[in-house]
Amino acid sequence: MNLAPYLLLATLEGLVQASVFALTALGLSLVFGVMRVVNVAHGEFFTLGAVGAWLCAMLLPGHPAISFAAALVAAPLAVGALAWAADRLILKRIDYDPEATIVSTIGLMYVIQQVVLMTFGPDARAVDAPFWYTIRFPWFGWSGYKVFIIVVAVALVGGLWLAMRHTRFGLIMRATQYDRETAQNFGIPVDRVYAAVFALGAMFAAVAGVLVVPNSQAHYLMGHDPLLMSFVVVIVGGLGSLPGTVAAAVLIGMADGWLSVFFSPTLAKIFSTLLVALVLVFRPAGLFGKAVRA
Amino acid sequence: MRNLRLFALTIAVLAGLFGVQFVISGYPVLALTRILILAVFAMGYNVLMGYTGLVSLGHALFFAAGLYGAGLAAYYGGVALPIAFAAGIAAAAVLSLVVGLLALRTQTVSFMIVTLMFAQAGYLATLHFSAITGGDQGLSLPAHARSFSLLGQEIALTSATARYNIALAVFAVVLLALYALTQGPRGRLFAAVRENPERTRMLGYDVGRIRLLAFTVSGTISGVAGALYGLMFGFIGSSFAEFRSSVEVLLFTLVGGPGTLFGPLVGTTVMTLLIDRLSGLTSAYLIAVGVLLIVLTLWFPKGILGTIRDRWAPWLR
Repeated sequence: MNLAPYLLLATLEGLVQASVFALTALGLSLVFGVMRVVNVAHGEFFTLGAVGAWLCAMLLPGHPAISFAAALVAAPLAVGALAWAADRLILKRIDYDPEATIVSTIGLMYVIQQVVLMTFGPDARAVDAPFWYTIRFPWFGWSGYKVFIIVVAVALVGGLWLAMRHTRFGLIMRATQYDRETAQNFGIPVDRVYAAVFALGAMFAAVAGVLVVPNSQAHYLMGHDPLLMSFVVVIVGGLGSLPGTVAAAVLIGMADGWLSVFFSPTLAKIFSTLLVALVLVFRPAGLFGKAVRA
Repeated sequence: MRNLRLFALTIAVLAGLFGVQFVISGYPVLALTRILILAVFAMGYNVLMGYTGLVSLGHALFFAAGLYGAGLAAYYGGVALPIAFAAGIAAAAVLSLVVGLLALRTQTVSFMIVTLMFAQAGYLATLHFSAITGGDQGLSLPAHARSFSLLGQEIALTSATARYNIALAVFAVVLLALYALTQGPRGRLFAAVRENPERTRMLGYDVGRIRLLAFTVSGTISGVAGALYGLMFGFIGSSFAEFRSSVEVLLFTLVGGPGTLFGPLVGTTVMTLLIDRLSGLTSAYLIAVGVLLIVLTLWFPKGILGTIRDRWAPWLR
């Protein structure tokens, strides 16, 4: 058997995976980096993005590209607003206590997931891709839409990177991340920065959700895997480090693609969960990270 | 002993639980049997979370270790049920010792994620080795594993009365053992580690060993509950190893009151009854779990008994 076509396909699929992981994980990493809290409901923001894309496709008949473009804007905004409200109503009140945040975001995860179950229903639903274009390889055809996923992911990750480096808001975020109290003393409204960062993190997950729907399907439990993989990516890449997160997303997305050619997906997941646990135990700063300021 | 009022309450609760079986019959007996077993799980969790202050998100792993250890021994090994029960407990004890050694190198958020990831790996393993474990579908224990002889007496686990009394006996043993553990000097050390690990270390205690002891005891008791559950109801399946189990035991403990002897029993009773009611009404009953987790962290971090203890009854610990 000639393995080359399989490996090429695995590489391409791995790149798509890596793009989705990078977007989702960057949201989680941003929130952890700046606010030092773990958002377990992150996967549900991903689901809400996907459901938003489906809703737009239902409400806006006509060419799928129109509803898709609308979803790409509206879904992240709606999810961002929800996350902002969650920050104000829950996280702020428990003063961002790390353990209480995990417990309450587990609660938020169940609330969102079950509300989606009650309204959207238990079935998986498909959404048409905004365009159809097939790239022909000698062995197989590959959907051009997947290239679009990669392009959008690269653009957004690059955009976030530039924004963190070169804008005033990026500077404020980095200052808050570096030292919350000093930032506050210099007049930075830390409260509002937190709310904005939490919303921004959720929006990244929502964009990933919108992008994924035409490729897979929307389902009320679809947030589980992205949440797990985001944990893997963020922790292997070093908690709170954006370049590390991107590097880990590419590495793990590709590894996932290749490994699932040879192993069952469940076995691959067992490996990655154990990897996360062992990295946290033995290399808490991540495989690529430097020691984090306490 | 050291806390006479709590000891009196312990005896009264056990007597009440023994007596109640002559009053109720039918479904409530079954429900109460389940509550007692799950309360043992929550009591185990409470040793770590309530008394020692370490929040684990992976206790489903130890419940499942007990469940599979006992269930697989009975299913494939065909051993007598008391031996299968012991095998389940031993599996949980070994696993919690190993996981404890690794996970306790981390703290707070990392500790929560590490325990979660180990438990998730365990859950996925039950799916991956479905040829042995039965995976999602699970395994029903065969007829020979539904009864055992004790002191020449044949006891059938198909009898609701037998099941209730066995569950109550195990519950009583665990409750009394935990009374002795938590109200004595060890319990003080657990609390010392929870409240101020640095000072405890400065006073010359080995904080790492105290935490490991709490972790292993906690995991082993969770395994007792799992082994009992599997053998009593004759079914083992991977749904018990899911993340949801870990969250539910956390919720039971939070509702009842972390760091109180009876908190787990109260929390398990309230939540099991609530979930039973709700799941009759809607398939989305987990929404109640979610709402409660948020409400508890926002307004009642000490739970029912924790609040009562702080206001009126300081001996309730």
